[in-house]
Amino acid sequence: MIQEINAAILLLLMVCAVAALQVRDLMGAAILFGAYSFLMCLQWVSLGAVDVGFTEATIGAGVSSALFFAAIFRTTRRTKD
Amino acid sequence: MDFAPLLGKANFWAYFFIMLTGLYGMAVKRNLVKKIIGLGIFQTAIMLFYVSIGSKEGATIPILTAADAAGRGGIDAAAYINPLPHVLMLTAIVVSVATLGVALALTLRLWRRYGTLEEDEILARLRGDPGGEACTPRS
Repeated sequence: MIQEINAAILLLLMVCAVAALQVRDLMGAAILFGAYSFLMCLQWVSLGAVDVGFTEATIGAGVSSALFFAAIFRTTRRTKD
Repeated sequence: MDFAPLLGKANFWAYFFIMLTGLYGMAVKRNLVKKIIGLGIFQTAIMLFYVSIGSKEGATIPILTAADAAGRGGIDAAAYINPLPHVLMLTAIVVSVATLGVALALTLRLWRRYGTLEEDEILARLRGDPGGEACTPRS
């Protein structure tokens, strides 16, 4: 059971990683990167690394997303690739 | 066909794919924020590799529990997931947010100076070509 959940999370992780790099809107890319970080946090918990899991949830999905949003609001959302 | 051995190594397959995705983002994407996202993906892939090394089938979280009257529980090192990679990757997460902050601050500085986030336009401006056509053509 845990292995199927693990495989589903890994599949979503790869999709989110590719989508965060390919989407043509920086705000969408930052949101997808936050989703990627949160999925990675679920993966840590399923691997038994709970301390890494909650640190990733706060720092990866929380603080990093906030920093990206702040930077994008001060610059531009447009990107060429 | 039995997929169990393949599924058991799923973390390492995903690690390969995610790390190469991050490398692609850093090397090929021309937008600076996209490059920083690629850097973050690369860092998390390395963390996934390390934590996957430490994990163990059927083991529990390394927390000290009180032994019961029969002597079960307590310290049972064989039943624990190796916590050493977790601690190392905890440091790596903190370092990753620090590098993210510095990279975004440098990006903001470049935006204030050049008014663009695209690397090729900044390079063209640095070479003194305001049109931005001197660089390699975009595919």
